[in-house]
Amino acid sequence: MWDYTDKVKEHFLNPRNVGVIENADGVGEVGSIACGDALTLYLKLDANDRIEDAKFQTFGCASAIASSSALTEMLKGKTLAEAEKITNDDIAQYLGGLPKEKMHCSVMGREALEKAISCYRGEPEKQIEGEIVCECFGVTDRDIERVVEENHLASIEDVTDYIKAGGGCGKCHDSIQEILDSIHGVRRPVVKPAVQMTNLQKIKLIEETLEREINPSLKKDAGRIELVDVDGERVIVKLGGTCATCKSSQITLKHYVEAKLRELVTPELVVEEVN
Amino acid sequence: MDVIYMDNNATTKVAPEVVEAMQPYLSEFYGNPSSVHSFGGIAGGKLKEARIRVAELINALPEEIVFTSCGTESNSTAIRAAVESYPTKKHIITTRVEHPAVKNLCEHLSKKGYRVTFVPVDGQGRLDLDYLFDHLSDDTAIVSIMWANNETGVIFPIEEIAAKINARGIVFHTDAVQAVGKVPVDVSQAKVDMLSLSGHKVHAPKGIGVLYIRKGTKFAPFMIGGHQEHGRRGGTENVAAIIGLGKACELAKNHLVDINSRVKGLRDKLENALLEKVPNAMINGDPDQRLPNTTSIGFEYVEGESILLMLDQFAISASSGSACTSGSLEPSHVLRAMGIPFTAAHGSIRFSLSIYNTEEEVNTIIAEMPAIIARLREMSPFWKEYQKKAN
Repeated sequence: MWDYTDKVKEHFLNPRNVGVIENADGVGEVGSIACGDALTLYLKLDANDRIEDAKFQTFGCASAIASSSALTEMLKGKTLAEAEKITNDDIAQYLGGLPKEKMHCSVMGREALEKAISCYRGEPEKQIEGEIVCECFGVTDRDIERVVEENHLASIEDVTDYIKAGGGCGKCHDSIQEILDSIHGVRRPVVKPAVQMTNLQKIKLIEETLEREINPSLKKDAGRIELVDVDGERVIVKLGGTCATCKSSQITLKHYVEAKLRELVTPELVVEEVN
Repeated sequence: MDVIYMDNNATTKVAPEVVEAMQPYLSEFYGNPSSVHSFGGIAGGKLKEARIRVAELINALPEEIVFTSCGTESNSTAIRAAVESYPTKKHIITTRVEHPAVKNLCEHLSKKGYRVTFVPVDGQGRLDLDYLFDHLSDDTAIVSIMWANNETGVIFPIEEIAAKINARGIVFHTDAVQAVGKVPVDVSQAKVDMLSLSGHKVHAPKGIGVLYIRKGTKFAPFMIGGHQEHGRRGGTENVAAIIGLGKACELAKNHLVDINSRVKGLRDKLENALLEKVPNAMINGDPDQRLPNTTSIGFEYVEGESILLMLDQFAISASSGSACTSGSLEPSHVLRAMGIPFTAAHGSIRFSLSIYNTEEEVNTIIAEMPAIIARLREMSPFWKEYQKKAN
């Protein structure tokens, strides 16, 4: 059982400000059902840019719900300038601390806040900054650099605790270590694993993985994926069934199909969709 | 508040009869069963008796029973013994839904030069038998397949699998930790070469396990030391726990009927009521080939740890296949292997009953659970989204 503080438990069992603000001035949505937690934050501002009301909806564990509840309490009555200064650590502190493995819940709060504020300011939805490092949870090198610097993180495990990166298949551990090393000024020799497969073996394995692993999963949502071609490390696929019209299909393609193929075939593969 | 304990696939209450049987061997009769003197002989005699009780439960010979410290040790011993006994064979077959005790060992061996085939399961957790049989080869050192799955309770056709593998002359091990005591396990019918069982899953204490080794099976010990267990497992015997396990096996034999009738009835009542009262809930695993005490239910759009902590407010103990409970970030490998959609996998709850559960306890869960799920769904952005779509 997790070692939650009484304040975390209390905010989980009696969360403040659950709900939706209709016609909110700012909305911030982060996370996904695949990742296991998600938060939508709603802000209502008064004439002086002070936060009059804050509400949330959260899917996730006790600490995710408690962190969201805490965040909304912290936000009420603050000016936007003050709100902007809230860090993930402030959220954790408000709750008397979070278990190390659950710090990513506080990071999720900070991310939702930033999104809600830029939404209010009418700033365009930020493009993904940097390169995706962790495919399983869609985390970029910029995200990792930021969380390492803000929270003085030292190890891959820390990074996973704070931002989830590295917590899935584990293929990105070397890249996370490189980021940590470059921030901490260490240089290590890069060792590339030698995976040798003939083209034919690779195509066969891709085909088998799609049929045995991926399609049975997609079938649950009446979706389907077909292999069109393999060109070097490019896997060209066609989406069928409900996948063809699903707006989340790009997420599925990158975060599920590509991740799975990289895990089970070779880590260099890139999945592309043909229309 | 009395605990409503519905997490018996994790561990079980030590039966009062077992505690009573062990007591004298923790205090008065502390002799070493290997000693020549008659004081040690008292322990030795009881040890022999316990071995017979364990053998009787699975229809084995007493000399085929080796006591270990836990299910994990039994599994490790079996797989490592086969690998060591057949040094030229470099292939292992197991499944994608094994307990970490087998899964992680096989993954470890795959980094040490072994080729490991992980047999897939379908959406109901049923093993792809064709895939399994197609992958048997002369290079296969051992096949290790669980008898029943700890998370979903799905039972594999071990008798059929054992017969096929036996005919090929390949060593077959089964992790029967979840099956023993819940369904009939008979090694005279199922031609397994080795079988693991664990004390604390059958109302004996933690710290005691068994590896059944069929007579004539090539074997190499994992724990090398004294002559105990005929040199198959060194180390002074955990006398009191072994005596406790003997008693537990005797009780288990008598309780099989109760588990498969009354307890199964309670499980079914709980499951049916929850599926009826809670929308968007589904059973994980083949409902027909399942342990009588286990149900794994996926509640869509909510997260398992939150459900467990709310249940905990009512002193209800269950477990979850969700990511957040285990400290890992992904839902259980079993649910993922089955292709359970993320919408339900994160909110999967396992109730596992025992002979000590009552109808009143089941009624309490049925009364509390729908409100817990409804409350968490009220907070969940995905539930709102789903409802909008549904309307």
